[in-house]
Amino acid sequence: MTEEIHIPKPERIPFFQRMLDNPFLLLFIGVAMPTVFYVLWGVMEVATIPIAK
Amino acid sequence: MAKFRVCPDSGFYFDKSAESLMKVNAVAGAVFLLIAGILALGVILTRWQEVHLLPADLFYQVLTAHGINALIFWVIFFEIAILYFASSTLLRSRLAAPGWAWAGFALMIIGAVMNNVAVLQGNSSVMMTSYVPMQAAPHFYLGLILFAVGALIGCFVFLGTLVIAKDDQTYQGSVPLVTFGALTACIIAIFTIASGAIILFPTFLWSIGYINHIDAEMYRIIWWALGHSSQQINVAAHVSVWYLIIGILFNARPMSEKVSRFAFLLYIFFLQLASAHHILVDPGVSTEWKIFNTSYAMYLAVLASMIHGLTVPGAMEVAQRGKGYTKGLFEWLRKAPWGNPVFSGFFFALVIFGFIGGITGVVMGTEQINLIIHNTIYVPAHFHATVAVGTTLTFMALTYLLIPVLFRRALFLPWVAKMQPYVFAGGMTIMILFLLGAGTLGVSRRHWDMDFTGAALSFEYPGTAYMMMAVGGIGGVLGVLGGAMYLVVTVGSLLFGKKLEPSAGLFQSFGVPLAASAYNIDQPDQLQMAPKLAVEEHGSGGFEAPGTFVLALALLVCFVVYYAINWDYLASVWPMG
Repeated sequence: MTEEIHIPKPERIPFFQRMLDNPFLLLFIGVAMPTVFYVLWGVMEVATIPIAK
Repeated sequence: MAKFRVCPDSGFYFDKSAESLMKVNAVAGAVFLLIAGILALGVILTRWQEVHLLPADLFYQVLTAHGINALIFWVIFFEIAILYFASSTLLRSRLAAPGWAWAGFALMIIGAVMNNVAVLQGNSSVMMTSYVPMQAAPHFYLGLILFAVGALIGCFVFLGTLVIAKDDQTYQGSVPLVTFGALTACIIAIFTIASGAIILFPTFLWSIGYINHIDAEMYRIIWWALGHSSQQINVAAHVSVWYLIIGILFNARPMSEKVSRFAFLLYIFFLQLASAHHILVDPGVSTEWKIFNTSYAMYLAVLASMIHGLTVPGAMEVAQRGKGYTKGLFEWLRKAPWGNPVFSGFFFALVIFGFIGGITGVVMGTEQINLIIHNTIYVPAHFHATVAVGTTLTFMALTYLLIPVLFRRALFLPWVAKMQPYVFAGGMTIMILFLLGAGTLGVSRRHWDMDFTGAALSFEYPGTAYMMMAVGGIGGVLGVLGGAMYLVVTVGSLLFGKKLEPSAGLFQSFGVPLAASAYNIDQPDQLQMAPKLAVEEHGSGGFEAPGTFVLALALLVCFVVYYAINWDYLASVWPMG
């Protein structure tokens, strides 16, 4: 199924990528961003709508 | 002590526990796809007005079950299998906490069955969105909550496996790109499930009388963090599978690791914010919220999809040119293995996802032109391009790859498998294009009767809309036929396919491990010495892909023309003067 396996020289991993190699940092960012910009911001806008009298 | 086997055909290593869990999750996904497919026929043949098969009550019941089984249960079961594959197999690591993984699987099964029972009983025809104040039976919500908890356990098993692999040093540096893509899907899944818990748990309490009111707008905003983000899990997962398939079929490396990885990072940052496009016509939230989340953040996620849309076929082109297919712009594509359903399924999924799903997604995410098609049949047409073709056809293609590799069975009726992606993609494309047309003419989504029989205020759609719904119906029936072909091949392979391993019996097709002698490798020593496959390592392929750049320009031209047409159409909706 696969072609002949060749082993090229590994590519150097950039600094920024190494910084983001922590899955839990990415998890924090990936949950915090939509929670702040979508959920909290949206809910605050709805919560501040004046109640009809 | 973990035990591994190596697949002699592909070179992949399978941890015994992970292998069983991948099998049961994939099989469960296929069962829910079967249910969704049968129900799809009811939806299609009712919306095709000349046939108008089901009565109203049954139609809404069938539509609810079809949506949840297709958009939630089928894809998430299969994605859990992908998470275990991308962590355990690609990192050559034992699976973390297999007991918890089985508990998660059991919860997902119980939840999915409970939810289906609730809909089947007839008091929960509330559509997948279950907007309040429509109320379903309590076990409708409870089923979804249990399913979500089970899927969440699966996500943490995946994260735990990454930690174990790093500790055991089964890889060095960064995880491979496919695993990084799966991590992206996992992160989006965790946000999705958390949002689901935030809104579905109070809704469950409301359904049993402990809470007396849930604000409809609040529900809509938080629910869509679940509803749309769940489809973004699919996007991240199927793009990862695209990289996997080109790595296996062509030994292709991404054109640039850095760029592809950055695109996944854009997904992590911005993809979930696109949920806001469902709220674009809601009065309760500000224009700033709407425009930031769609016209700014969402476009960065679209940019990421465009990067993947360029680099996946581009990487394949680079690999093909490396093998000598250099004549003209497209010899690399002409000489691709079009008779192999793994390739044809993947490639059709990529093209239809990009050209139709991508372009219509941007149109829907633009606040002004969204007004033309909001809540019309255009919306299901869009997400059938992204999910039913983009994701489902990709997963179908992956199944053809995994049947011999994971299940150790040869494909049953290979000629049917060869035709299947053509029938499914062809039928679905006809359906999608004509429903897009009908939606542009204003035909509502989720509506039983285009004729508005007995309505106090009558309304007549133009004849063209009826014609488009009818042709769309024909396409949809073809699509269901393509789905049935997939299930015949996959179920037939598990039951009757030629055994590629003597101990690959009937029960082994459904999760029981192969004979103990097959798992003859202990981690880690032998694994570290094994040569790595392209999809298990870092590395870029290069940028010599002129054919792909021409295809990308064609996409850009299609997008610009279609976008301009929609603005022109918007200008004619409310004529001034």
